[in-house]
Amino acid sequence: MKLGIANQQVFANTLAELAKKDTNLYTVTSDSRGSGKLEKFGEDLPEQIVEVGIAEQNLVGVAAGMASTGKKIYAVSPSCFLTSRSLEQIKNDVCYADNPVNLVGISAGVSYGALGSTHHSMHDLAVLRAINNITILVPADNYETEMAVKASYTSNTPYFIRLGKSPMYHLPRRDTTFQSGKIAVIKEGSDVVFFANGETVSKAYEAAIELAKEGVDVAVISLHTVKPLDKSGILNWANKCSAVLTIEEHAEHGGIGEAIASVLMKNGVYKPFHLVGIPDEYTITGNQTEILSHYGISKQGIYENAKKLLQR
Amino acid sequence: MKQDYSNQELQVKAIEYRKALLKYIKIANAGHTGGDLSCIDILNVLYNDILNVSPSSINDPKRDRYIQSKGHAVEALYVVLAGSGFFKASDLETMGQYKSHYIGHPTKKVPGVEQNTGALGHGLPIASGIALSGKKDGANFRVFTLLGDGEMAEGSNWEAAMFAGHYQLDNLVAIIDHNTLQITGMVQNVMRSNPYKDKFEAFGWAVTEMDGHRIPEIREKLYITPIQAGKPTLIVANTVKGKGISFMEGKRKWHHKVPTDAEMEIAYTELEQALEEISRL
Repeated sequence: MKLGIANQQVFANTLAELAKKDTNLYTVTSDSRGSGKLEKFGEDLPEQIVEVGIAEQNLVGVAAGMASTGKKIYAVSPSCFLTSRSLEQIKNDVCYADNPVNLVGISAGVSYGALGSTHHSMHDLAVLRAINNITILVPADNYETEMAVKASYTSNTPYFIRLGKSPMYHLPRRDTTFQSGKIAVIKEGSDVVFFANGETVSKAYEAAIELAKEGVDVAVISLHTVKPLDKSGILNWANKCSAVLTIEEHAEHGGIGEAIASVLMKNGVYKPFHLVGIPDEYTITGNQTEILSHYGISKQGIYENAKKLLQR
Repeated sequence: MKQDYSNQELQVKAIEYRKALLKYIKIANAGHTGGDLSCIDILNVLYNDILNVSPSSINDPKRDRYIQSKGHAVEALYVVLAGSGFFKASDLETMGQYKSHYIGHPTKKVPGVEQNTGALGHGLPIASGIALSGKKDGANFRVFTLLGDGEMAEGSNWEAAMFAGHYQLDNLVAIIDHNTLQITGMVQNVMRSNPYKDKFEAFGWAVTEMDGHRIPEIREKLYITPIQAGKPTLIVANTVKGKGISFMEGKRKWHHKVPTDAEMEIAYTELEQALEEISRL
């Protein structure tokens, strides 16, 4: 796989491209344009960036007000703050009031590494999944990120896009089209299916290649749309394979693992299943890679979990 | 919408609205009676004299906006919207009932309601965002928002106050319904949010106050906003919780109490007397 750039940078580039053609597009930031890679956007399009200062509740309230007047709004802030400090504004001002704000959670998961648990967002997908009227996208690579931004741009409903800050590998893909609300098949297989999303998909793919050397045929799915969940896509691949492994840079509680388990159970698909995520603890100190590896969210960790699962 | 009503005509409406809101609160057996009565005169003037909005222009991008941050006083908003023809007043008989759109806090499912409010501290940020949009577009509309004084303890209000001052949103008018009571007791004792004037002026606002029940004064104060170019306007409306019904005035227990049949009778008698006094003027 060829290494690309950070998904956050792809977001910023795509947004600038759209904003140059659409003066009705605004980004709203909470002293977050640096981490959001939006400094150039701010220099090139100063009239289309609204700074609210370090005030995330107001960030989302103002964004909702602006969106209600027909503007295309991207509210950008670290996911840890955006989805907890401003959760009530997301719930009421954006989702319940149906003001079509695009919320962009940057440096998500454990992107901030050694900055610690205050800056990690282990909960963002869990809390937003429980809120009605929001599409949740967690793109895996540069291609999916660009497509996610464009999908949100052409829609007129609330979106949450979760992005990390590490450079991402370009994933090989069987699907060349990105469809919001559908799974993306990265690799076909029949022994075990990996459901992953965001920055964990490339790790899952690497583990799948390693397992292929031993004759284990792994399907790798990018579950870039966490809500609405592509139930038929999930069931299709769970039925084709003998076992199911989910991988996420999120708390084990309320993430895609539990969401997928629920779909399988409700539909009577009982297969060996294992969930790899961040356990219920304050994360260990380290950089993103070290933290993820510690919890088995790495090529090696996924490989080992898959082997264990297949031995059941 | 502006209708060129006389002060006397608006005073008559003030009584009619009070009768209607008590009636519907009684039918629903629920409502924020005290807070409804403290802000109803402000809503009366807004919808009948100030706001450039009507049932036919509710989707016009150039319309004035009213965001009711103190969403619990929804019955007051409902009767005024019904009075302006946004929907049939009789629809309010379903208030709070199974499957009714007329719930205990404003939602956009009700014609004329701009935003879903009720969680406190949300109206000012939203109104500020709308006002900034207006500035960006060079539009002439104004944005009004009504806040409760108890609500001023919410930190999000102060984030928005800073924002509106910073961006010089002189198309924004915030009105504090300063009835001095919240559910636990006197605002001053629960959590002192005063002095609004000093605080908001320090945030870059122009501040004035008014008697929130004197129709001519409310008209005058709302007409002349913005008070100062380049500054958002705050109007501190000095009001009385339960205003207009003697036994409800200034009584904390009327925050969300529903009148008994006997109390309804007394309230209606008082309102009829007030109506007679107005017609004698």
